[in-house]
Amino acid sequence: MSAIDDRFRELRDAGKKAFIPFVTAGDPSLQATAAVLETLARAGAAIAEVGIPYSDPIADGPVIQASYTRALDSGFRLQQLWPMIAGVQSRLGAMPLVSMVSYSIIQRLGSDQFLQQALEAGFSGAIVPDLLLEEGNQLREKCRQRDFSLIHLVTPTTPRERMLQIAQASTGFLYFVSVTGITGERDGLSAELLKQVEWLREQTDVPICVGFGISRPEHVRQLRDVADGVIVGSAIVRRLAESATPEEGVAKVGQLAGELIAALE
Amino acid sequence: MTHQSASSAQPLSALPDARGRFGPYGGRFVPETLMRALVELEREYSAARSDPQFQRELDGLLSSFVGRPSPIYYARRLSEIAGGAQIWFKREDLNHTGAHKINNTLGQALLTLRMGKTRVIAETGAGQHGVATATACAHFGLPCVVYMGAEDVRRQRPNVFSMKLLGAEVRPVHSGSKTLRDAVNEALRDWMASVETTHYIIGSAIGPHPFPMMVRDFQSVIGKEARQQSLELWGRLPDVVVACVGGGSNAAGMFYPFIDDDEVRLVGVEAGGLSPRPGEHASPLTHGQPGVLHGSFSYVMQDEDGQTSPVHSVSAGLDYPGVGPEHAYWRDVGRVEYTECPDDKALSAFDLVAKTEGILPALESSHAIAKAMELAATLPKEKVVMVCLSGRGDKDAAEIARLRGEEY
Repeated sequence: MSAIDDRFRELRDAGKKAFIPFVTAGDPSLQATAAVLETLARAGAAIAEVGIPYSDPIADGPVIQASYTRALDSGFRLQQLWPMIAGVQSRLGAMPLVSMVSYSIIQRLGSDQFLQQALEAGFSGAIVPDLLLEEGNQLREKCRQRDFSLIHLVTPTTPRERMLQIAQASTGFLYFVSVTGITGERDGLSAELLKQVEWLREQTDVPICVGFGISRPEHVRQLRDVADGVIVGSAIVRRLAESATPEEGVAKVGQLAGELIAALE
Repeated sequence: MTHQSASSAQPLSALPDARGRFGPYGGRFVPETLMRALVELEREYSAARSDPQFQRELDGLLSSFVGRPSPIYYARRLSEIAGGAQIWFKREDLNHTGAHKINNTLGQALLTLRMGKTRVIAETGAGQHGVATATACAHFGLPCVVYMGAEDVRRQRPNVFSMKLLGAEVRPVHSGSKTLRDAVNEALRDWMASVETTHYIIGSAIGPHPFPMMVRDFQSVIGKEARQQSLELWGRLPDVVVACVGGGSNAAGMFYPFIDDDEVRLVGVEAGGLSPRPGEHASPLTHGQPGVLHGSFSYVMQDEDGQTSPVHSVSAGLDYPGVGPEHAYWRDVGRVEYTECPDDKALSAFDLVAKTEGILPALESSHAIAKAMELAATLPKEKVVMVCLSGRGDKDAAEIARLRGEEY
């Protein structure tokens, strides 16, 4: 059991849904990332995803890719991320952190080393968007031994039988990708998506959270009855990028989080 | 005694395994969104591979449309200058569109039709794969979008215009290093969103399974012909076979039919760039380490955090931080020797071949030729060094003029 499992149990007991924001580590700076995480925790985010910048992120849309590039250009290093996370933990209350990390980074560091450093810093799990079920056996086992959640993804192109296999392998929660494509903001969610989530909801106990393209209160309202949580990434990253100062960005993100959380109620 | 894969008694030619692995290399490291398409592609390719009708259609095109078989040619004057073994060229530069890339794009375009997909995307570095994809798409009436790094758009102008003439849309990529690596990223992103209607024709022996195997197979026509032509001409195989390695498609296609012939020495030549210092070359097999990039596990240039490192080569087609996973395995088991050739030596070889043989070789191929001359110099005259002349160098004329400060 990781802190993520605990969190979902509490939410379910209280009849609540999870708001899961995503922020890029180090964009515009690690201090700003810490401030955003604090604000999100205060606003009532259930869990936060921290994106570890990667040079060649193929699953991410232009907004998050650009934020990764900015963070790397301004000198982001993994060895600076861990102390920032460790330092901000005490100010996050009960909000667990999940890293969003490319398998390239885990492979390079070595999975044991990665897990040890991530756990020591205070991460409760990881989403590895380029790690398929078939390639994940070894890492999954290592995560299980350490009570570290390994969150897998399903997409609208995933056949149903495979969805069930992935749901069974996923710990913490299951990430349901709302669209065929990359991350980024969208106008509306399809009825087909809602049906798919609803179907899967009946097949598995693992919490299902929907992400990719979720940016508005109306998206959240559409999802709150079928999913256990919503994940919001690009909309947050964009607000930070478009702000003149980190303080302004943090304030805007806090406001957006408030609106989206209200829509979940 | 043939070389065998480390873990089993199978010959190297039997790889990849069912999981798309060449020893530890290869596999699939992509988002779940692409999984269904990769499974479908694997199934369709497997069916096409054993379908005589598909093979006949492809062979027919390779003959009437591409002009295959491409000849082997004795570079007599070049051999004399090198002083030693005979240097022969496998003339992929004489193919329609001027490079080996068309062998693969026709095969994959046929597969696109077979899968009922209606749109094609591709990445390109030097532009040769882009032109070859645009050509295949024009031939079959498929709409085609080609992603190309903005830096490559600049240095390979003639190919950009050719693609447009062939009806393809060229999308310059301004992210990252603005070269081949970023073009692959963008093409993968497009594919993530369009996978249900679109096939991604990868141009090199890279990417998630089944791409490295499939591209190698389509390119193996090069080595099969060279092998046959050698046997017909001399009654024996060449002593050394040399090819340049960026992503590694011409080398994979040239080497694979010889891979179980232990008496044939195989030499892959990476881009040595300006120096062996980090960021100044594009030689992952020589200076890199195993890592994950663009959907497979292979050698890659990356820093200690796993971030892809900048690379450099004078030739756009070799300017890539990764390499096909089968090359990684051939390197580790010692079947193929991988070495590097710096920019200046490749440029000198380009010059020499132009003036002594009347052939403008692609800058990519010039790396292999430079190394072939060095090898030939160490061998007696009766030995044969065969180089894959993977493409023609007309596309490089403007860039060479720029480097020399001359008018083009």
